[in-house]
Formats: sequence, structure tokens, C-alpha cells
Amino acid sequence: MGELIAKTPCEGLLPLNVGAISLHEVDAGAIYSVTPFKGHREALSQVLKSAHGMTCPAANRATGKAGARAIWFGHSAIMLVGPTPDASLFEHAAIVDQSDAWAVVRLEGAGAEDVLARLVPVDLRPAHFKRGHTARSLLFHMTASITPVGDTAFQIMVFRSMVGSLVHDLKRAMEGVAARG
Amino acid sequence: MRVGGKGLIDRTDPVSFVFDGVTYSGFQGDTLASALLANGVRLMGRSFKYHRPRGVLTAGSEEPNALVTVGAGAAQEPNVRATMQEIYPGLVARSQNRWPSLSLDLMAVNDLASPFLGAGFYYKTFMWPKSFWEKLYEPVIRRAAGLGALSGADNADTYESAYAFCDLLVIGAGPAGLMAALQAARAGADVILADENSRMGGRLLAESFEVDGKPGPVWVDAVLAELGALDNVRLMSRTTIAGAYDQGTYAALERVGHHSGRRTGGAPLETYWRIVAKRSILAAGALERPVAFRNNDRPGIMTAGAVRAYLNRWGVSPGRNVTVFGNTDDIHRTARDLLDAGIHVAAVIDSRHDGPLSDDYPVLRGAHVCDSSGRKGLEAITVRRASGEERIQTDCLAMTGGWNPSVHLTCHMNGRPTWQREIEAFVPTPGAVPGMIAAGACNGAFSTAACLRQGATAAEETLTELGFSGPEMAIPRAEDAPYVITPLWAVPGKGRAWLDFQNDVTVKDVKQAATENFRSVEHMKRYTTQGMATDQGKNSNVAALAVLADATGRGIPETGTTTFRPPYAPIAIAALGAGAEGQGFRPQRFTTSHSASVNRGAPMVEAGLWYRPSYFPEAGETTWRQSCDREVTMVREAVGICDVSTLGKIDIQGPDAAEVLDFVYCNMFSSLKVGRVRYGLMLREDGFVMDDGTTARLADTHYLMTTTTAAAGDVMKHLEFVHQGLRPELDVSFTSVTEHWAQFAVAGPKSRDLLNGLLDHPIDDESWPFMACGPVTVMGVQGRLFRISFSGEHAYEIAVPARYGASLFDILAEKAAALGGGLYGMEALNVLRIEKGFITHAEIHGRTTAYDIGMGRMVSQKKDCIGKTMSERPGLEQPGRERLVGLKPIGESRQLLAGAHLYDEAAEPVRVNDQGYVTSVCFSPTLGSMLGLAFLADGPDRHGEVVKMVDHLRGVTTLCEVVNPVFFDPEGGRVRG
Repeated sequence: MGELIAKTPCEGLLPLNVGAISLHEVDAGAIYSVTPFKGHREALSQVLKSAHGMTCPAANRATGKAGARAIWFGHSAIMLVGPTPDASLFEHAAIVDQSDAWAVVRLEGAGAEDVLARLVPVDLRPAHFKRGHTARSLLFHMTASITPVGDTAFQIMVFRSMVGSLVHDLKRAMEGVAARG
Repeated sequence: MRVGGKGLIDRTDPVSFVFDGVTYSGFQGDTLASALLANGVRLMGRSFKYHRPRGVLTAGSEEPNALVTVGAGAAQEPNVRATMQEIYPGLVARSQNRWPSLSLDLMAVNDLASPFLGAGFYYKTFMWPKSFWEKLYEPVIRRAAGLGALSGADNADTYESAYAFCDLLVIGAGPAGLMAALQAARAGADVILADENSRMGGRLLAESFEVDGKPGPVWVDAVLAELGALDNVRLMSRTTIAGAYDQGTYAALERVGHHSGRRTGGAPLETYWRIVAKRSILAAGALERPVAFRNNDRPGIMTAGAVRAYLNRWGVSPGRNVTVFGNTDDIHRTARDLLDAGIHVAAVIDSRHDGPLSDDYPVLRGAHVCDSSGRKGLEAITVRRASGEERIQTDCLAMTGGWNPSVHLTCHMNGRPTWQREIEAFVPTPGAVPGMIAAGACNGAFSTAACLRQGATAAEETLTELGFSGPEMAIPRAEDAPYVITPLWAVPGKGRAWLDFQNDVTVKDVKQAATENFRSVEHMKRYTTQGMATDQGKNSNVAALAVLADATGRGIPETGTTTFRPPYAPIAIAALGAGAEGQGFRPQRFTTSHSASVNRGAPMVEAGLWYRPSYFPEAGETTWRQSCDREVTMVREAVGICDVSTLGKIDIQGPDAAEVLDFVYCNMFSSLKVGRVRYGLMLREDGFVMDDGTTARLADTHYLMTTTTAAAGDVMKHLEFVHQGLRPELDVSFTSVTEHWAQFAVAGPKSRDLLNGLLDHPIDDESWPFMACGPVTVMGVQGRLFRISFSGEHAYEIAVPARYGASLFDILAEKAAALGGGLYGMEALNVLRIEKGFITHAEIHGRTTAYDIGMGRMVSQKKDCIGKTMSERPGLEQPGRERLVGLKPIGESRQLLAGAHLYDEAAEPVRVNDQGYVTSVCFSPTLGSMLGLAFLADGPDRHGEVVKMVDHLRGVTTLCEVVNPVFFDPEGGRVRG
């Protein structure tokens, strides 16, 4: 019998460099959505802290650090990115494997914020969108999760099926920014 | 004529450009208008209706006359204001609305017919015969009257859209705007300073004023240098704030590439900005009013402020022998600037009786210019005084009727401006746009010192509100001349005196409107078309309503203004839709098997945002039907593979998962056993069918719902609404897992054989009966297997994490081929389901109930569900309702067509005899006939009857037998294996 070969969402599409800005795919590890059961949020936060080192993020916030992040993902939903959820979490939350559902890319370089300003309708200026923040918003026409992960770096997550459009839209914006010099 | 020693142009950098085929030379910093004037070109366009020769009237974006087409071919841009277009090497511009040429325009014959073409002419004349309007009148009128045109080719230029955020948006970078921005920037606020001009400074660049003892432009440069060095300031020149919207949102158009011939890769021509500002300061300045007198539209007649702007900013005198006419001291400022530059001033005509006199030039007080003459350009004016009329030779008349503050943006949220009698003008009503303060000339402050003061004050007020505090700033010294004005709208007399230059509306037209009882300003506007051209009446609005007020015996404030709406200046549709053309129109969703399908030559069809293969052509197949028939037979006889990943998959977990499913589905799910799948039907609140699909119970409190591809998003939204809005007490969560799983249908009598070649633990009927589901290991990978069927065959759906999708698809295709099967696409899928009478959204199209589709008994009587009560409304179950049936052709015509209607065999096929309609059709290779699904009045009671299908659009009539919609294997033996 043969073997199933894994493909990443952005295979053949990235990396991409335009001017000073780069876009490349990130192997974020496991991705699980974690939605606390009724009345279990505090308990979940505690086991999340002891098992993975971060508490439950508030709305528009992300906790943790590179390798293990908990990203607020909309009404009552948290996306645990990096580790496979510890067994202690299952008692407190609905946990769903989303590892293959999301493409994770990193947009980085001076002007990355200007690239996103061409596509994302929320305020991503560094003074207002800092480490520990996150935005669940639109990236042009598709829904996206955007998290600052460095001084000039953003982690962007979109549906796996939409990566072609993601790269198309980001490339266009990157070119627009680069052309202005 | 170029004037030495004046202007902010770079005389070391000559720039050549082409206008109407002639090459001219200007300097870096020139606009097309200033460069043409410098070259002695006064005639720049033809008027809209009468094709009268026109020259430039203004020096700004309000320009009504000098509209040109820039560029050629696909990239040509019509209706560009010559006053805004900067010249660059290689610029090619053309005049518009003339034939065959600008100087010889045969369409000018319209001008001779002007007595017949006044206000309301079209409405009165082209009434009959009715059919002539579209066929004759409109095309002829459109050809004769108009502006520039697009090329008709796809525009290759790139446009961009973007968002920006700030504490304070300052609109306009004249003295008031600069002062406000500087103060706010020093206090640490995030400031965006936007100005529509290529160079910031406003009137300080156009006048010979000093600020703090320095020439205006020098002071401007110093302020800009300071602002430019600050991180919290964004300077946006060439950016027009075009609209004010809710919650501090402003639309802005930035001209990024219009001033350069270089269109490098990716560089946008324009950027459409949405700026969200906590506060804004409007410092948009004021627009000068022309005066209406007979033949006031001759090239060479322009506003006095424009004459000064051309002189001071661009070093150009629009004439050698200039006359000045007006009603404020601006006439003297104009004369002095001209004299200082060595230009002869023939006369200054002051409509006031008590204005100042001068030793340097003749001043005619209490006088009016009442006519002009000259061929294609001004040669002389006629001045009327109490003592009589006098002709004065002149090649340029600078006129002013006072200034109109640019209140436009303050009216975009339905505010109305306030009349201020002292300046005979409308000013913004405070608070008209929340968070916006007006300052400077746009607020009726016309001296430089007043502008600087108001800018600083507005900034202070704003900063306090925002919680910033900064050092108090000294107001720079500047001129503070009073503004003394007496009204001067229209000079009485015969002939046509222009109000709206762009739409050719005269004083007479406005009076005519009043005479015909179009007395409301909104009616007058529409009757005369005043203010309806692309300048939106910036130059004519107030004067026109003053004339209307006079004609109707009312005051100006009682007459009121028309409504200023966005955009403030024209915006290309390409900029509004930036990025959304071509592939950017909407996201494309590709399955993991997309490339493999495309590589096999499968034409892709859109299903929502998804792309799915239509069919997989094989060698020798020349039509889709050949491929489709083969694929159907293959599934019925061997095994077929189809990517079904696009169907919505929703993970439902929580102690109340079963309860919520019982509530949203019309049938029971709490009774479903773990490891089993059930078909479910979902109703909308109004009782009609919303969606259908299968739901699997993976564990006691864990379900997996499947939706149709098209309704996946709607169902997810519905579930969230139900949970958050209707049943918040339920402890359950919904997570879309559509994207996580690559899922493939494996259908056909050999499906299990195929799967058993892949699964780590083989399955049989006992372990996986029909409607079983559960975890499996597929070549070492954890997956899920569902024994469900949309084809009526013994079939499965196998799911693996999406990363393995492409790989599994290839393996499935290979294994299927080895078993005499292969891939099938949407066409075959559709045939297979029609043969089995399975519904899709062609049948559950929003107007059908469970009863209509033969599933009335699925609505459980043991519980309540969304839509149940409404589905029991008497009208929804009464006799005569159109219900689902199958159709088979029996007559000479064997053709069935979706969308066709059904009639009794003997009835005339007209609306009142309508018995139903066809929703889905196919050719069934299995049964050797066309098959149709249809809704027919009392359909299920009429099996065996003959009805007539008529497609009126395609002219097809077919006799059909009404049959059970399950055409193939009605007992369902095949699906159980």
C-alpha cells in the first residue's frame, strides 16, 4: 500500500518577496478551536495556563507567544495555535481540530502595516495594534485572523481553500506599497 | 504669457507636452491650464449644450470649462480638469465635445438655435411620438451634447483602495488647515492633513501675502517641514476628501500617478481611501463666484482669484491688458498684483459706489460690465454706468462676485448651511457633521489672520475634547483686511448671462423656471439642470438661487440651497471598485483536488465561491454529454469518485447538542444512535424549507452536521442566531470544519472493494451498514467514514485532514480506474440524484415546504422545531398546492427543459392555466430517457396522468407522463449493497 502525502495550504504559492516586504507560509503546528462550555471559562483559563502557559484571551486579544498562542477568534471562540490540546482542556470546552482548515502566513518587513491598510478595515497602526492584540476582520473580501507577531510582522490566518485569493490580494497590495517607494 | 520673477515653478526644468496635437513647453510645477495660458492658449474647450468656445474660469478643482481627455487608448481619461492636471514630460491631452476641431466646431450651430434650446426644451419638445425618444431623440442629443468619453477598452491602470485612521483629520492645507495641523501635531495627536492640490499651502501660494514677515510660500514650507518630520503626522497631498459619512468616516481620493508619465508595475493611478477620524477640522477654503452678465463665458474671462493664482503661483498672466470687475476689495488686490508684475491694467470696474480709488489705474465706481465681445476669445468689454455705456479693449477680465465658503462636506449628512448676511454667503452650521469643526475661509473668515486664528482655535477645541494638551501657539502676523461686499449676482440686461458654465444654464433659464412655477430651488435645479454637471454647481449654486430668490420675491435664506452630496469632486468608478476586478471580484475557493481536476481537463463550475469539476473528459469524447453519460454508467456499474469537500460541515458539541438539533431540524436527532447518520430537513421560521443534509452522531454530545455547498454559510449563521438569540440557555457550540476535511464520495457497487484496499481495517455490511459512520484509519491517517449515498448506489464518503486531500484523491482515482470506474463531476452527480429523485436547491428554492417536496411526514409531531407552526398554516397544505413529481416525455418531442411550465394536455398554455413548473432535468443513460423533477398542482395524486410541458422562451412543447420522482430503484435495494 502507498502512503498519503501531506501538502501545506500554500504549497507552490509562497514565499513571495516584493520590495522590502516578504510573505511566507508558517508551519504553526496544531490548530484547535476551543470553545468553553457554559460557566467553564475561568476553569478553562486555569488549565490552559497550567498546560500550555497562557490564559484565555479577552476579545481582540491573543495570549501566549510564538509556538503556543491562544488567539481570540470571535464570539466565545479561542484558537489554540501550536500545541495539541492537553487532555485536561476537554472537560471544559468543545475542542475541534482545525489544523488543516487554516492557512497561516507571515507578512513581514518595513511597510507591512501599509500593505494590510490596503485590505483590512480596522486600525492596525502599531500604537493601537500591539503585541497581545488580534483582529478578526476582513482581508479584502475574505474573513481573516490577524495577529501582530513582531515589530513589523503579522500572522494572518484565512481558510485553506482561499489561499489563492489571499496571495493574489496581498501581492497586489504589496506591489502598490512598493511602487510608492 | 509668462511673467518673469514670479511663481513657484521650476524654470530650470522645462517640460514639453502635447495639447490637441501641438507640442508646447511649460515648467515643472505647471498645471495644464497654467502652461497653456503661458503659451497664449485661451480656448480650451467647448460648452456642453451650445458648444460655445470656453477658456479656463478658475484655477482649482471646481473648474467647469477646461475639461480635457488625457492619454489615449485603453488608458484614456476623460473630463480631467486642466486646472488640476500637472504637466509631465510626454503628457498628451485633447479637448472634448467638439467636431471636427476645437477652433472649428460645427456643433456650434446649436448656439444659433439657442432661442429654442432653453430650460425645459427637451421636456416640452420630445414628448411624442413615444418610440422616438429612445431611437432618435436621445442618441442625437447625446451625440451633440456631452463631455469626454472612455475608450471602451478595458482599463489597464491599477487602482487601489486603502484605510487610514487618525485622531484628527484636517481637510485643506491653507493657512487655517496648516495652523490646525501644526497645533495638533505638536500636542502629539495623530494627524492626517489632506489637500487636493499637488502642493500644500492653499491661497498662501496664490496670493502675495506675507505671514510672520515672510512670503506666504516660505512660511508654508517651514510648517510643512516641521510636520513632515513628525511621526504622528501623515501629509496627503493630491488627496480630495470627497465625502463625510457616519462615525467619523471620510472618503478620500488620492491622485497617485496622474502627475507622472511613468506607470511602473503595481503603481496605482489613484487610491480610494476610507479615513476614520475621531475628529476633523474642515479648512477647505472658499470658491470665488463669477458674475453673470451677457457673454460672460468668453475665453479670457475668469475669476479674479484665478488670475492672481496664475500670476503668483505659476508666473503666468492670462492677459497683457487686463480689466477687473467686482464687488469687493479683491479687485484692487488683483490690480495691484498685476501692476507689480508689470501687467497693464486697463480699468477696474467696481460695482460699489463707495469703493476706494487708485492713482495707479482707472477705477470706475458704480459701474458694471454688461457685455463682452471677441472671436473665440475676449477682445473687449462693455461697461455700463449711469452716464452710459463704454467699450474697453481688454484680453482678460478678472471678475469677482465674492466668495462662497466650501461648506459642501458639512452638508453630506443632511446638514443645511446658514446664510450670513455680512458676507452674502452660506457658512457651515456648527455640528452638521458630528466631530467636525469648520475653520478659516470655509467658515466665512476671509482674512489670512482670521484663518490662522480660527485654525488654531479649532485645533485647541479638538485637542481638549481628545484629551491632548499642547503648548499654546502664537498666531503668526498676517493681513487682516475687512471683507466689504455688496451683492452682485447678475448684471441686468438682454442676452444670455451664464450662471452654470458647465451645463450652459443662464439667468434667463432660471427666471423661466420661476415663471413656469418651478419655484422651489430643487425644482429649478432639475428643470434647468443648473448644478447637475460634474462640477455639481460649485461655481453657480449660490448665484442661481440668488437669481431665483429675486425672481420669486423671496430672500436667499428662505429660498435655500439644493443638497450637496458626496463626492465633492468626481471619482472614477475604477477607484471605487479598486481591486475588485478580475480575480479580485470575490475570493475563489479551491478544493484539495482542484489542480488534479484541472490537469485532467475538467471544466470547472462555480458553486458559491467554490470551484467544482463539471465532468472529466476522456479521449474521444467531444461533448459534455458523452463524458457525463459515461460517468453515470460507471457509478451505476462499477465505482466513481467525487470530491464533496465543499459541502458544509459543522461540528456541534456540548451537553445540549441533541436538543439544539431537535430544535433546528424538523425531524428527531436526539434519538439517533452514536455511529449513525440521519438525513435532516431544516425549516426557516416561516415554515419553508431552508436546507437539507445528513448529520452524524459521533458521540453522545458530539454531532457533525452536513449542509449543502451553497447554504453552508447561511446555516452556520442560522445556528448561531438560534443559539445566541432564541435558545441562549443551551450549552452547545458550533464550529465549521468544512475546511479541515477533504471528503470524497466513493459510489457504486464496487465502492467497498475500493475502500478495503485503503483502509487499515477492512469493513463489511455488518460493521458498516447503510447510514453507519465512524473513525477509520486510511493508509495510516486518522479519517472518518460515512456510509451515505447521493446516487442511490452502495456508497461512502471518506474524509481525511485536508493536507492529505490531494494525495488521497489521486489514489482513489487510480484505484477506481483499476476497478473499471473513475472520477465523476457535477453533471453526473446531478443525473444520479435526479434518477433517484433527490432534491437540491433547485427544488428547495425558498418557496417550497416539506409537504411540497413529499417530506411532510418528516416534521415530527413529538416535538417543536423552528418553522413547525408556520408550516402548518392552512394555505400550505390545501388542495391544489404544487408538489414534487417526476416527469417522463412520452410524445414526439423527447425534450424536457428546466424552467418550463406545465399545463393540462388540452389546455391553452397561458398563465391562468398554469399547473406547475419544471425544476431539474437530465438525460438518464440508465433509463435511456430524459427525466424531470417538477412541481405540479396536486402532483403526487396524479401519477400516470399526461401533462403538457411548454417552454415559451425556447418554443418547446413536450407531452409528459407524471410519475414517482424516484425513477430508479424505488425500493432502494442498491443502496443497502
